[in-house]
Amino acid sequence: MAATVLFWVLAVAAVGFGFAVFRLGSMAQVTFALLASFLAVAGLVLLLGLGYLGVVIALMMVIEMVIMAVFMIMYMMNPAGLMPMAMYHNKAGSMTIAVGTFAVLAAGILLVHWPVRRGVPPPDPTFALGEALMSGQMLTMMTLGVALFATIVTCVVLATNRGRYDRFGDDLRSGPAGGDGR
Amino acid sequence: MGEPVPLPAAPDALPLWWVLLLPVLVGLAAWATTALDSAVTARASGRPIGPVTAALTPVRESARLLVGQRRRTLAADRVLWRLGAAVLPVAAVLAAAVLPLGSRAVADLSVGVVWFNAMEVLAWAAVWMAGWGANSALSLVGGYRFVAQGLAYELPHMFAIITAALGAESLRITDIVAAQEDLWFVAIMPVAFVVYLVSAAAMAFWAPFDAPVGRDLAGGAAAELSGVDRLVFAGGRWLLTVVTAAMAVPLFLGGGTGPWLPAWLWVAVKTAAVLAAMVWLRHRLPTVRMDRWTEFSWIVLVPLMIAQALVVALVVLGGGGGM
Repeated sequence: MAATVLFWVLAVAAVGFGFAVFRLGSMAQVTFALLASFLAVAGLVLLLGLGYLGVVIALMMVIEMVIMAVFMIMYMMNPAGLMPMAMYHNKAGSMTIAVGTFAVLAAGILLVHWPVRRGVPPPDPTFALGEALMSGQMLTMMTLGVALFATIVTCVVLATNRGRYDRFGDDLRSGPAGGDGR
Repeated sequence: MGEPVPLPAAPDALPLWWVLLLPVLVGLAAWATTALDSAVTARASGRPIGPVTAALTPVRESARLLVGQRRRTLAADRVLWRLGAAVLPVAAVLAAAVLPLGSRAVADLSVGVVWFNAMEVLAWAAVWMAGWGANSALSLVGGYRFVAQGLAYELPHMFAIITAALGAESLRITDIVAAQEDLWFVAIMPVAFVVYLVSAAAMAFWAPFDAPVGRDLAGGAAAELSGVDRLVFAGGRWLLTVVTAAMAVPLFLGGGTGPWLPAWLWVAVKTAAVLAAMVWLRHRLPTVRMDRWTEFSWIVLVPLMIAQALVVALVVLGGGGGM
């Protein structure tokens, strides 16, 4: 009973906040409406018993949306003011796609003949999911993850303005340029 | 919708009415920390105050803010502004839900460490919203500073708490405490402990990481907050400080383990010690410039934490754990 109520509250919140993305006038509000929608989805995933996935969705989406807000506003808006501006282009088209996708998926859920469950869910569904997805390739995927992470950090460190070029000047071999007291 | 699978049940969480007690407990701890901080501030300014005056200072300050007028700014984004301040205390209390108060937590989630991290990350969004909403240049700069700060502290912070989880081979906080029965994690992962404390201070924008609300910005993200809004924002920040400091106890300081005293008292004593150290450091260190801290954080702390995690992984494998 409680799970059903929770499901409907979260489902309505997810769709409602998602729709608010089209209705709100400020880019910052739109970002956080999208975040609220994602958090409701994270709640739905938790409701499915996928504890780790649900919490990680919440964790990642908060970080992602804050960074997205910063970049969106930096690139697309007069950052000094709070001028109303939407985050999408072609409002009619994007709304048709969004609402249409929702309608198709929802119709699919209702029309498909779902199989009856055989067996019982594993004690830790997230663990089982991970193993099913990459059983033999676990080591490869772990190595790949660390390599990707190292690449990201290295790229940012090399690209940043206040990095080695700031300290050494254009010619990296010539030694410290000095000037800013480091 | 089919029959939902129940969440991995907590073996022995605290009774449900602790949900109501938890905010009170965290609030009391925040009150004590604020009182200590005001005593230290008064001593540093050359006019020491007694313990009673120090204990009353937060009360008086809260009362003053409660009756103070709320500031309104021109063309403010009121929704995000108010929401930003309100999210801080809520996030702190939600993060505290997985904190073992003694040997048990209010919600002993199987993914407690990740839950804690997800809740404290909400502060990121909260401070940015509070900074953005006021439509004031100084407070906007403060909000952006905190996002930059978050980029700097979050990676080493995640590695620090994951290293503790790695040492216990579990994301459940009570399992992490149980794994420290013989040896506290601070002994086998001292780097992770120090990085955790530093990043916890950065997360609660606590000096020396208080640039987002710095004096050079006339209060930064909190510049335009007054009255009850300021009380909620500042109170949320104190709560966040208390909760992040308290989490160092189950992660690295053995939780409630200790001789003679009951578990809850050990948790209280250790948390008080961590908080006292944070208050002391707050008054000893100047504000760090965020661009320099980011560089240090990414070039020194992240590789250091990866090395630390590697060492802990080898210790766990050598100890017969793992696959």
